[in-house]
Amino acid sequence: MSAPVITVEHGAVGYDGRPVLRDVSLTVTAGEVVAVLGANGSGKSTLIRAVLGLVPLSAGSVTLFDRPLRRFRQWERIGYVPQRLGAGGGVPATVREVVASGRLARRGVLRPPGAADRAAVDAALRSVGLADRASDPVATLSGGQQQRTLIARALAGQPELLVLDEPTAGVDAASQEAFAGALRDFVTDGGTVLLVAHELGPLRPVISRAIVVHQGGICHDGTVPDPAGHHAEPDHDHVHPHGPDEPAGLWSN
Amino acid sequence: MELFQYPYMQRALIGALVIGLAAPALGIYLVQRRLALIGDGVGHVALTGVGAGLLLNRSPVLVAVIVATLGAIAIELVRARGRTSGDLALALLFYGGIAGGVLLVGLSDATSTNLNAYLFGSLTTIQVSDLITIAVLGAAILFTMVALRPALFAVSHDEEYARVSGLPVRTLNLLIAVTTAVTVTIAMRAVGVLLISALMVVPVATAQQVTRGFRSTMTAAMALGFFAAGAGVWVAATADTPPGASVVLVAIASFLVVAVAGGVWRALRRRATPTAALAPEPHEVVLH
Repeated sequence: MSAPVITVEHGAVGYDGRPVLRDVSLTVTAGEVVAVLGANGSGKSTLIRAVLGLVPLSAGSVTLFDRPLRRFRQWERIGYVPQRLGAGGGVPATVREVVASGRLARRGVLRPPGAADRAAVDAALRSVGLADRASDPVATLSGGQQQRTLIARALAGQPELLVLDEPTAGVDAASQEAFAGALRDFVTDGGTVLLVAHELGPLRPVISRAIVVHQGGICHDGTVPDPAGHHAEPDHDHVHPHGPDEPAGLWSN
Repeated sequence: MELFQYPYMQRALIGALVIGLAAPALGIYLVQRRLALIGDGVGHVALTGVGAGLLLNRSPVLVAVIVATLGAIAIELVRARGRTSGDLALALLFYGGIAGGVLLVGLSDATSTNLNAYLFGSLTTIQVSDLITIAVLGAAILFTMVALRPALFAVSHDEEYARVSGLPVRTLNLLIAVTTAVTVTIAMRAVGVLLISALMVVPVATAQQVTRGFRSTMTAAMALGFFAAGAGVWVAATADTPPGASVVLVAIASFLVVAVAGGVWRALRRRATPTAALAPEPHEVVLH
């Protein structure tokens, strides 16, 4: 049995007293590719945010690479891909500048970037197929390309564990394929993956285990469940709004 | 030009140039965090420090640095809590700051001219000792903001990602808060507390209309701030206008020129390459 990378024991999270996760236990071992599935509001994003310490646990514990989260310092071993790039205050940043942020965990705050940093950024840009857009402002990229930028940023840090929050939500087919390819390479090189997804699409062959979160608890842990009902139809296009903050233009037409 | 033979004009020019260079180097991080007006708030708080300094017969700038730093740290702590009440807490701090300043100045023997010097700046009364303070602190601000750019960019761009990268997010945020306070207090002498935010923010707003990356925006904003400071002091000297207001108006004029020129250039380019706009993104979703 491989070493555990993530261990959650009896984890509980509440926002303003409203429970979002209750008594969740989960172990991810090295080399696994685990998908966390579930409906909107089921608590799946909260689960991975709690694993990373971005939301505090109200009960239970999280262990990363055999260290309690509170004392965990080896952040260069983890690559985090958030759901989307924040809009920020409108100051432009190039794709390369955003991806280069991924090296900070390894390099630290005070050391200026060196040749190894530049090489890792180049490799990460190539692996998601954005090498030719490196000096373009991220704001000019499509949603899928921005998502690939965030994946490249995580890969640039050469992590052992990738944690991704809905990496394929609202992403065009070309970007999904590019992403699935990058993930396959990462797993072949021995990486561990924990990802939240709404639907798996081209990622499905890469996933080794699925966890289904329902109403704040884990209701399935094992093989990837088969889609049911009209979800199982071969040409089913699983689409519905992901939240009120999507721009209206996406859904028109 | 012969006005610049006088030492007081030379001091005014050097002081303005240092501030013109340093203020946008900090301002770019504030703009990126949507805190463009925070300099204004810290300026209000600094005014209480000025009042306390005048009342206690201590160096107003020195007391202002201390009070503004405490205020900036308080604002950052409120911001980090992320509660909606933070908005009101900031309002209390801002107006408490300016009211406290006016009250304390009123209690002291200082005249309204003294207060005006801090509200709207008084470049031409800068002494050699002031200039040394401005130069040393300005150099420290510049060095910190440029040397720590990758980390400060990461924190301002995506704070959660910075946290998962193991960056000392709270320390970096406090560093920006303290640097804001220091910048505000040294810029206070040049443009006054009421116009400080302009020097931090306007050059960044001008630069980002034509730049593509963060680094190029920072460089261009610093160059624009430097230019506005130099040109503003020159205008003030030739036309006998208040220097602080002149510097800010030159900065805003540059913004308007770049905005119009950029708009015209983009329109011309669109006309030259009409096909570029005709290739739409593929639909990401289909609704049934």
